[in-house]
Amino acid sequence: MTVIQQTTAHPKDRLLRTDRLPHIWCPTCGIGTAVSCFINAIEESEIPEEDIAVVSGIGCTGRVAGYVKLDSFHTTHGRALPFAVGLHTAKPKMKVIVFSGDGDLVAIGGNHLLHTARRNFDITVFCVNNFIYGMTGGQLAPTTPLNARTTTSPYGSHEFPANIPKLVAALGAVYVARWTVLHIKRLTRAMQEAIEKPGFSFVEIIAPCATLYARKNRLGTGTELMNFYHDHCEIRHGANLDDLDLQFQEKIICGKFVDINKPTYLQMVRGEAEEEAVA
Amino acid sequence: MNINTKGVLSGTFFMSGDTAVAEGAITAGCRFFAGYPITPATEVAERIAERFPETEDGLYVQMEDELGSMGAILGSSWGGVKSMTATSGPGFSLMMENLGLGVMMETPCVVCNVQRGGPSTGLPTLVGQQDMMQARWGSHGDYEIIALCPSSPQECFDFTIDAFNLSEEYRTPVLLMTDEVVGHMYERVEIPPPEKIHYVERKRAKKGLKDFRSYSVNNGLVPSMAIAGDGYRIHVTGLTHDERGYPDVTPETHHPLVKRLVDKIRLNVDKIVRYEEKNTEDAELIILSYGISSRIAEWAMLLAREQGKKVGFFRLITAWPFPEKRVRELAAQVKGIVVVEINMGQMVRETERVAGGRCEVLLAPNPGGRVHMPEEVLSVVEEILP
Repeated sequence: MTVIQQTTAHPKDRLLRTDRLPHIWCPTCGIGTAVSCFINAIEESEIPEEDIAVVSGIGCTGRVAGYVKLDSFHTTHGRALPFAVGLHTAKPKMKVIVFSGDGDLVAIGGNHLLHTARRNFDITVFCVNNFIYGMTGGQLAPTTPLNARTTTSPYGSHEFPANIPKLVAALGAVYVARWTVLHIKRLTRAMQEAIEKPGFSFVEIIAPCATLYARKNRLGTGTELMNFYHDHCEIRHGANLDDLDLQFQEKIICGKFVDINKPTYLQMVRGEAEEEAVA
Repeated sequence: MNINTKGVLSGTFFMSGDTAVAEGAITAGCRFFAGYPITPATEVAERIAERFPETEDGLYVQMEDELGSMGAILGSSWGGVKSMTATSGPGFSLMMENLGLGVMMETPCVVCNVQRGGPSTGLPTLVGQQDMMQARWGSHGDYEIIALCPSSPQECFDFTIDAFNLSEEYRTPVLLMTDEVVGHMYERVEIPPPEKIHYVERKRAKKGLKDFRSYSVNNGLVPSMAIAGDGYRIHVTGLTHDERGYPDVTPETHHPLVKRLVDKIRLNVDKIVRYEEKNTEDAELIILSYGISSRIAEWAMLLAREQGKKVGFFRLITAWPFPEKRVRELAAQVKGIVVVEINMGQMVRETERVAGGRCEVLLAPNPGGRVHMPEEVLSVVEEILP
């Protein structure tokens, strides 16, 4: 007979603020999976945990900073990136990771996203895209697909949604990938690659919001949403960025789209970039 | 933090107020400046950008907007670097959101507002003192703030250092409320050698403590600061938080937190408040002013004295906290207080509140674009002392 050892601690507990659990996320929310992949990516990565800081904005994903047992900052809506810029330049040896949502990073924080990418600060961004503002009860987001219903687009969205990978790639991000929370191994690896990549790296994480987005659009339960990812995701590394537009309940192209080398902001400031070029 | 004095100037210079702010920051040990161009504050950023490389560890970053500048200086401060930004009215409005975050997270930093005339784009190149109430109440929620008002390039230098010291001591953003005239005027500025400078550094958390709590104050009011990388894996949030820094959005946690944030300024008001007075002993009327206007106010006081009127002069150095105790005493002594400021009535309201009916309080109004003429001040004085 196999004796199952009782254990009170989860092996990942040391990287979580267990004294803050249970978390606020709904059942079948994708953010927990994204955090789980993140924890695994940190463990896999060679960067010491003491040298990692997490900065979040506001929203459901904005709460990530509050659950990871790392130096963590929960800032204002949209301003995680500027805060991260200051923290990164003050502590250049630390790896500063911004973990936030699509509304926070692309709408209210859109300007900061553009220019942090353009300057190529050595900052990693994990952007959970659930197509909706969750924390406030399910409103139209910059990522809400055309015709999708939200509480503030009750007749279907009339807006063209943002193609986030194309946006950050256009501004010069050195690493750009997209995965769903179904792709836990690939997502974890992408997170690790992004963390280890010097410069502005960006991973879009497509995640289900069963409570609000799926309910409003009658898309079914969390399981059904994951099944949708399974049936409708196509892995296409190096895809044409124009093909990454997301349409309502249509194909989701995942993969690594950008992985280039470019001197970081601080290397440029210190004149190290020229030395590198000469060498 | 040890002050790196590499590249720090000392000696006698002919410089503008904006330049003196930048030099004050460098002398104070500021090594991160997030800027965004705006008239009439741009010269602060320009001077910093030019001079920071001489300190070797200073970094100027030009942000995408003032929302970003304010956010970045908070992040840098949590990385242990003294940080600053400078702006004018429209940019100051954008900074209000993260100013509140700085208050809530208890983040030392300095924000300089070289005031110009408003509302809106208003008078970009001309003087105003119209952000004084915004300085006090501009961010949402309840808080206390410290705001210093230099009236000369020399004071721009001195008060910038003072602003850093106050922000480090009380772990709060401190505002340096200059104006277009002070910012652009050139005067003699004495920069003492570094060993003559008074520095205050934030109280840092001891390393290796077992049960460290980020916001534990041990009966004091200002917690010791653990920064990123200290090994405590701190959590810091703009939400109402407990001693661990963990969100706890309940009245039970909110009340003591906000009370402490307010009390750390209110209960130390005697240590923080700074003002200057002249000819107040026998005064029957006080001309109260601050910043550039105080120089005209002082002149008007001298002219009134020449006319045989017993007029005194009172200058706010800290507009916030307001020198309540002393102004109340003076209000009981005099027939009236005339407030000289380049706006349609801001600090005059506070003066009126503090005077509490003990004497008449009148404003010498000026919607901006130029400083007062002394005659404009004297005509208001005559309403009380004919």
